[in-house]
Amino acid sequence: MAEFFQQLINGVSLGAIYALIALGYTMVYGVLRFINFAHSDVFMVGAFAGYYLAPQVGRLFRLPSMAGGVAVLAGSMVICALLGIIIEKLAYKPLRSRSTLTVLITAIGVSLLLQNTGQLVFGANPKYFPKLFPETNIESLRRATGLIVSSNQVAVLVIALGLMAALQFIVVKTRIGTAMRALSFNPIASSLMGINNDHVVSFTFGLGSALAAAGGILYGMNYPSIDPLMGTLPGLKAFVAAVLGGIGNIPGAALGGLLIGLVETFVAGTRASTFRDAIAFAILILILLFRPAGLLGKLRVEKV
Amino acid sequence: MAIAGCGSKPATGGGGPSGGDSGGGTIKIGEFASLTGKEAAFGQSSHKGTQLAIEEVNASGGVLGRKLEHIFEDNQSKAGESATVVQKLISRDKVIAVLGEVASGRSLEAAPLCQANHIPMISPSSTNPKVTEMGDYIFRVCFIDPFQGTVMATFAKKTLKVRSVAVLTDVAAPYSVGLAQYFKEKFSADGGNIVLEQKYNSGDKDFNAQLTAIKAANPEGIFVPGYYTEAGLIVLQARKLGFTGPVFGGDGWEAPELIQIAGPSLEGTYYSTHYSPEDKSATVQDFVKRFKERFKGEVPDAMAALGYDSAMVLVDAIKRAGTTDGPKLRDAIAATKEFVGVTGKTALDEHRNANKPAVVITIKDGQFKYVETISP
Repeated sequence: MAEFFQQLINGVSLGAIYALIALGYTMVYGVLRFINFAHSDVFMVGAFAGYYLAPQVGRLFRLPSMAGGVAVLAGSMVICALLGIIIEKLAYKPLRSRSTLTVLITAIGVSLLLQNTGQLVFGANPKYFPKLFPETNIESLRRATGLIVSSNQVAVLVIALGLMAALQFIVVKTRIGTAMRALSFNPIASSLMGINNDHVVSFTFGLGSALAAAGGILYGMNYPSIDPLMGTLPGLKAFVAAVLGGIGNIPGAALGGLLIGLVETFVAGTRASTFRDAIAFAILILILLFRPAGLLGKLRVEKV
Repeated sequence: MAIAGCGSKPATGGGGPSGGDSGGGTIKIGEFASLTGKEAAFGQSSHKGTQLAIEEVNASGGVLGRKLEHIFEDNQSKAGESATVVQKLISRDKVIAVLGEVASGRSLEAAPLCQANHIPMISPSSTNPKVTEMGDYIFRVCFIDPFQGTVMATFAKKTLKVRSVAVLTDVAAPYSVGLAQYFKEKFSADGGNIVLEQKYNSGDKDFNAQLTAIKAANPEGIFVPGYYTEAGLIVLQARKLGFTGPVFGGDGWEAPELIQIAGPSLEGTYYSTHYSPEDKSATVQDFVKRFKERFKGEVPDAMAALGYDSAMVLVDAIKRAGTTDGPKLRDAIAATKEFVGVTGKTALDEHRNANKPAVVITIKDGQFKYVETISP
């Protein structure tokens, strides 16, 4: 029983990271109706931004510490937000009037560009992510229940939940959020209402990329080996999570991420542990067969 | 003044499969290694050992009156790349022999090419027995996993006194699968109990699920026959999950990066390897000194020492053969019985493997420390 709860904790921790990345996929799809395949590599850039920022921040704040950790997280999120906006302006905006297939292929191209540039600039060898937050196992919990919960895992949960709450607030309660929802509903009508579509799209990309960066930092904190190709597999699983929850649906992405994290962890703990990666894709096939709109999504009828 | 290698390039004749060496100019020796990527530590290390050997041979006049030309390629630790770069070394660079690789999986990729082209290949430290089974042109200067598996099984049972072990295997690496199998056979035969077997893939970062399952099965020790990048993360996560028993592995752990990743979690861990720089023999200490002088104070590890020996065995064979012709060179390498290198006496048996003792290393206070030698 203790093993079950321990795996639950492991799964929730992993799922929170997938949820953060899935949010970026789902938001961009919701607003623009296209899958940004380069998102997984923004996640990777976020982790590397944290790796390179940490020594500089360490001079001001002394790492590991709460203030230092938050500073690195914030810095990395800003860098990736800018990166996301630049990618949108250079690679996707010129193709906005073209077919979705064109933009999809471009997205794959951007993804490969980021990966290979990363290998050139950062070097292909894995780097060891520094400690950002002070890390301990929560002793009181361990003594009471025997469960090992690391403060890093708690940090993942707290930061992920905090960011998701902030995102929900932005989307529902602010003007720009309302503009994002308007744009996802009907781009022509929204521009007729005086919304500057370009600004809203840039903001969406920036926001999604900032969340991916946060995912990258949290991933680096828990699995301290980072390399330029690290984004591929978590990115794909987060994409599955977004589809599972209902692509375009924000709470859906969070739910999907959690579910994928849990399923993957439980599978990895059994004798069939080599299927841990395959299970996410099996879920993708199943959900597309039986409930293509996702768990929380509504089936949209396309009128021709 | 450069004697050979400047000016005249060897003519591109020399006949199809047996290499393109035409008797004049430099002797081209090819090397392929994982200079970048996940196992970069291995490639960098063995490459430096090979480089030192070739430089020393050239400094003392070369072989058969000719200098050695060291042509090396990086396979980026990626599957598939080794075949590509070795093909280039053989067809375009026309090397007379290939040195490489450390990882058994990548040696297995290149071996069929070398065998088909009749180019002798000497692996410095691939330990999976299948590598030399690929053909009679494939050699190695290290021990093989059937022996290495028994080394750690014996060490665990007799020295660490653990009676139950969980095994965590990298199913994507032939080295890991083979070593796990031999360990399990010997450990069970000695009366030990394998409580659980778990698996992972090269490149995985999260082992919490497998380690939680292992912890629940309550073994006294964990055997991790994988490569250092994952082994480091596994030890780190195992300690975080509260596992305090010994964690041990094979020569795939041998890299300074191991300590960088896992740091203080490594106390109480052990692994088997081919040599220790703490060996007091004059040969080893002199090698360590020359290596440190050449490479800015870096201490050579087992991969560097074996990289050095693989090149020296090749040079010794070229001298004995009196030629760089494929079949004759192959026969000379196969006849290596009296070679003494920095990793000890290297005699190749009828399967083209070397029968050598293994050394067990532990990590104490962030340093690799020699524990004991186990002979075959």
